[in-house]
This record gives sequence, structure tokens and C-alpha cells, in this order.
Amino acid sequence: MGNWLANHWLSVLFLVSWLGLNIFLFVYAFLNYEKSDKYFYTREILGTALAFARASALCLNFNSMVILLPVCRNLLSFLRGTCSFCNRTLRKPLDHNLIFHKLVAYMICVFTAIHVVAHLFNFERYSRSQQAMDGSLASVLSNLAHEKEGDSWLNPIHSPNTTVMYATFTSVAGLTGVIATTALVLMVTSAVEFIRRNYFELFWYTHHLFIVYIICLGIHGLGGIVRGQTEESIGESHPNNCSNSFREWDKYEWSCRRPHFVGHPPESWKWIVAPIALYIFERILRFYRSQQKVVITKVVMHPSKVLELQMRKRGFSMEVGQYIFVNCPSISFLEWHPFTLTSAPEEEFFSIHIRAAGDWTENLIRTFERQHSPLPRIEVDGPFGTVSEDVFQYEVAVLVGAGIGVTPFASILKSIWYKFQRADNKLKTQKIYFYWICRETGAFAWFNNLLNSLEQEMEELGKMDFLNYRLFLTGWDSNIAGHAALNFDKATDVLTGLKQKTSFGRPMWDNEFSRIAAAHPKSVVGVFLCGPRTLAKSLRRCCQRYSSLDPRKVQFYFNKETF
Amino acid sequence: MGQIEWAMWANEQALASGLILITGGIVATAGRFTQWYFGAYSIAAGVLICLLEYPRGKRKKGSTMERCGQKYLTTVVKLFGPLTRNYYVRAVLHFLLSVPAGFLLATILGTVCLVIASVIYLLAAIRGEQWTPIEPKPKERPQVGGTIKQPPTNPPPRPPAEVRKKPSVEEEEAATAGGPQVNPIPVTDEVV
Repeated sequence: MGNWLANHWLSVLFLVSWLGLNIFLFVYAFLNYEKSDKYFYTREILGTALAFARASALCLNFNSMVILLPVCRNLLSFLRGTCSFCNRTLRKPLDHNLIFHKLVAYMICVFTAIHVVAHLFNFERYSRSQQAMDGSLASVLSNLAHEKEGDSWLNPIHSPNTTVMYATFTSVAGLTGVIATTALVLMVTSAVEFIRRNYFELFWYTHHLFIVYIICLGIHGLGGIVRGQTEESIGESHPNNCSNSFREWDKYEWSCRRPHFVGHPPESWKWIVAPIALYIFERILRFYRSQQKVVITKVVMHPSKVLELQMRKRGFSMEVGQYIFVNCPSISFLEWHPFTLTSAPEEEFFSIHIRAAGDWTENLIRTFERQHSPLPRIEVDGPFGTVSEDVFQYEVAVLVGAGIGVTPFASILKSIWYKFQRADNKLKTQKIYFYWICRETGAFAWFNNLLNSLEQEMEELGKMDFLNYRLFLTGWDSNIAGHAALNFDKATDVLTGLKQKTSFGRPMWDNEFSRIAAAHPKSVVGVFLCGPRTLAKSLRRCCQRYSSLDPRKVQFYFNKETF
Repeated sequence: MGQIEWAMWANEQALASGLILITGGIVATAGRFTQWYFGAYSIAAGVLICLLEYPRGKRKKGSTMERCGQKYLTTVVKLFGPLTRNYYVRAVLHFLLSVPAGFLLATILGTVCLVIASVIYLLAAIRGEQWTPIEPKPKERPQVGGTIKQPPTNPPPRPPAEVRKKPSVEEEEAATAGGPQVNPIPVTDEVV
């Protein structure tokens, strides 16, 4: 727990501040509308629902401002670059931008629910007090003339025959409210993980409804429906003195006059104008970067429909574990898809491996398969994402890649190998244990080849024990096992052709960790995982269990990276 | 966009609409708004929609994540056969359910969202999508002794399987007519 806190204190601080600001703004607005004299008469009709509606409105303004910022990825990269002298722990929260975006979205949904429910009560109460014939203060206030002293009405429902439905849809606030909330619901339902992971294009296009949401939010307050007593009127006839004598307001001699009301000017635009400007700048920046020429230096078709693209772009510099966004205008003009970089920074090109996993990727692979047509234009934005420099800081590194999580390790392994070859003194790593767990190697045959070539190079240099890797196939059946049993004596593995034999099933982490602990009794071991949460849990447990109590002996540090 | 299964999104949208209808209905009923009985209807409609939409259908390609505890509702929804399988029926049903809720301000948001869900279901139905229940895979119990085939009927030397395979009527007669052992291939005993 202490270790986690030391690594994540900035994120925790950030989240606590954000929550704290939300609570503060809510309470501040709530107390303002619940206690202040300006809204005394408004509260007479509406009750506490007024305060709830306004408090949630203020929080909605704040969160709508905040939500646009984490998606400005170029600006965040710029921030990260400017703070390169900062400790890595300080820059880490920038990589969790999407998590924060989702949290703010949930908060917007919660406050929208509160706001809508409160306003339903408000409209209902306005309607009832307009129709009330009992001569109460509420009904007197509701009937304050609209034509006599200009604009000083309180109740937006002007006549007893107006239904709440009519009032809602003929007012700017009501109409924009319904449209904005509908847009919000559509955005949320198309952004749930199930839809996002399986039908990405649907999520991407529907999410652009945020433009509708922002515009509706901006003009939502134009009608000035929230009304408070004017300063002048309070000075003249303070509600504390005059509220009880409301039947005598019209009498000429009475000291209290009719109260005058004025609408609250719209303030949402003040909150969102700066993030909108930043976001527009971000989109312009993305467009500008995408116009820079990308030269495709090599196209490789790997088995199981995996396409490797090696490219060059002027001024492009990457670190291990980063990703880029790729757009191919001939396939889809608007779509940008993220891919992890599989090349090492030491290479002269950067590469990505694209698997056929949906419409866009299949179209892309088909376009590149066509032998005789010219290569389509590719636009690249990036690189973005976490920089896994930590990998090079540990004497012994245990790398675990599960399924598609193996992709960033291509970059890491290559980079480690280059650094080792050049005897780079920034590389503290002396030994790597690499665990590759996947259902079947089909789509990762290219990674197979990478391990193969690494194996050969290590053999040439005579450093066979630098990289120790094990491949675990979890999708085996009796046929495969039978094959493996038959070919037991062969030097290379029958499935992968690698010197290291394939194991079947899942690794027994206890055995692995005790083996590593025994082999390196005095080292600090860094464990890096790119894979599912359940695996992270078991690895973290093993790290704690096998770290020696003596700080001079073997210590395991777990790092779960979201690459 | 070719591979999008619209029904999956319609399902999420309809589920959300059901929840919004329930919420709006509770507000209207608890607050005794004007015409609050529409609110009461809306709670009932919302519950029905949530129960119908909770079990997620199976995707055409790939594995589908089940919602927590959906298998009980799957069995119920499956019982209605074509009424729940066909998305035209669902589109019309959702549209009809949404109409009464449109008369009350508290539930009109639910109406709008449900109508959108109904339109997406219509689109899914036009593209020929169908609701298939997610069945639990039957556990393959290892058959003990299942692969042990019948022991050979003839003692050695045994001719290869092809020759043994076709017992025609004459051979059977000959076999039964002969002694305990009949050699299909004439055996010569070479005594040197």
C-alpha cells in the first residue's frame, strides 16, 4: 500500500482536489440559493428544489469545463515534454487522462440527473402556483404582471392554461436541456466498454455529439428563467419586512412595494469558452501534424493477416512503449485508430503491427495487399503515452506480456538488446525473464520471428543467458500436446521453431518467482506486466510474497503499465 | 461501418431508456405531479423494458461478455420465441411503450431515448439481425474409456483393417460354417 501511494501520490492528490472542488462548488451554490434574500420569493414558490438545481448546474458547468481538457492529447504531450526534467512520478498522471475523462463523465451524468429531477419539481411547482386560486403568497407572486413594469415577472409560466410541457418546449432552457441530455445519453450508451471495444467506429462517430451538448450548454441559460429580486427592490422593500404583508403591496400608502425580479444572466459560456478554444486549437494541431509527410519504407505481410508498416516522418522521435494514431484518408477520412509502436527508438524507422480486428483494419490490410496499386497515404499523430524507462533501471527485469499485451514488449526487448550491444551505461539490466502468455501464436507469429532473431544474435555474441524467455500457450488441446510429446527430443520447439520449448497452460508463478529469487538473491527485480487485471493481482501477490524481509536481499517491485 | 451490429447499441440505449423511464416515473408519482398516473405507467413500462433488454444477445463474431446474472432472464426471454428474437417486434414494442410516457414532462426524456432505441432496432431488423441467447457451453466431461475401442476379434496374425472391413453375407456364412478360426487369407505353413 505504501509503495502504491508513493508511486501515485500526485494522481491521488489531483483526484481529491477535483472531488473537493465539486463538493465546495455544490455547497457554495446550494447555500447561496437556499439562504440569500435575493431568492426569498423564488424559494417561496420552489422550495429547496431551486437550490439543488442551481448547485448541480454550477457543478455541471465546472465538470463540462474540465472534461474537454484530458482529451487534448497533443497539448498533454507538450506538457509532458516541457516537464521532462520533472520526476517521472510527476508526469505519470498525464498518461491516465482517459480514466480521468471517464470519471468526469460519470460525474456529469450524476449532476445531470440531480439537475433534471430538481427542475421537474421546479416546473411543477411553478405550474401549481400559477393555477392556485387561494391567494397565497406563491400565487400572488406568480401573477405579478408581465406587462406593467416591464420584465419583472417571477413565474415563467405566464398563464394558468400553459402546461409544463408547453413551457418547457417553448423556452430556450427547456428545449436545449432536453436536446443536451439526449445527446449525453446517446454518448454514454455508445461509449460503454462493450460497444467501444467491439464497434469502435460507432463509438467514435457518436461521441462527436459532444458538439451538440456543448452548444446547448452554452445557450441553455439565455432565457433568464432563474429570477431573483433586484438590488433596488430589496433596498426598497426587503422581504424580511414585506413578505408577510403581501396582500397590501398594491395599496398606495403601504411602505412595501411589489418586488421586482430580474433574470440570472447565462454563465455557462464563461466556464466553457477557454476549453473550447483549447480543444479547437488541439484539433487544428492534429490536422497540421497529420499533414506532415509520412514515408512508408517497408510493408511486410505476416501470417495470420498481420500487416507491418515501417515508416519515417521528419522530426518523429519516440520512446519505448508509446503509441501513435493512424489515419488513412482513402479508407476513412475521419477515423483515427491507435496502435502501439513495435520498433525501438534506436532504429531508423518506426513501425506498427496491425491485426485484422474490425472494419477499418481489414480494409487497410486489403489495401496494402494489392500488389500493383500505389501505396495509400498514411497520416500519423503522436507518439503518445507512457514512457517505460523504468524497465532499464532494474538489474533483473521480469516482463510478462499476455495476449495482445505482448506488443509493447517488442519495442522494449529490441531497445534493451540495442542498448546491451552498444554497452549503453544507462542500461542497468543484466538479465531478462520474459513470459509470453497467449491462446495461440497465430496472430503473433511476427513476435516469434523477433524472438528468433534475438536468439540468433545472442548466440553470435555468446550471451545466451541474457534473455530467458518462456512461451505459454493457454489454448492447447490433446492434439497439440500429443505433437509436443512426440517431438520432445528435438532441439527446437515444434510449434514455434524457437530453441526455448513451449509450455502449455498458465505459468505457475510461485515456481517462477522462487526460481528467480534463488538465482538472484541480492538483486532488485522489476516486474512489468501488460495484461489482464486478474494476472496483475496474482503477480502483485507473488511480488509481495517473494520479496525478502531483509532490504539487502532480493526485492520484487511490481509495475503495471497501461501501455 | 459494415460490421456494426446495431442491435447491440440499441440494446444499451433501450436499457438506459428503461432506467430513465423508471426514474422519471418515480419522480412524477412521488411528487404527485399533474397527471401522475402516466408516471406510474412509466415505472411499469420501464421495468418491463429493463427485464426484456437485460440479457445481452450473442454477437455474430467473437465472444460476447454476458451481463452479470443474465442467464436467469435469458431463459425467460427465450421462451417468447420469435416475439423476442425478431427485432421488428422489439422496434414496434418500444415505440408503442414510449407513447404514453410522452404525455408527461417528467418522463418525456425516457420517451425520446426509447424512440431512438426503437429506430436503431428497426435499422438492425432491416439488416437482418436477430437476438440469439447466450447459451452456457455444455461442460465436456472426459469420457472414461470412450476411446477404448473394441478389442480385435481375430487373434493374430491379423490381416489389415481394409480386408477385415467388409463382411459380406457369403463370408459370414462361411465364417459361421467354419471352425473357431477362419483365416480370410489362405495361410500356408512352410515347414522347412
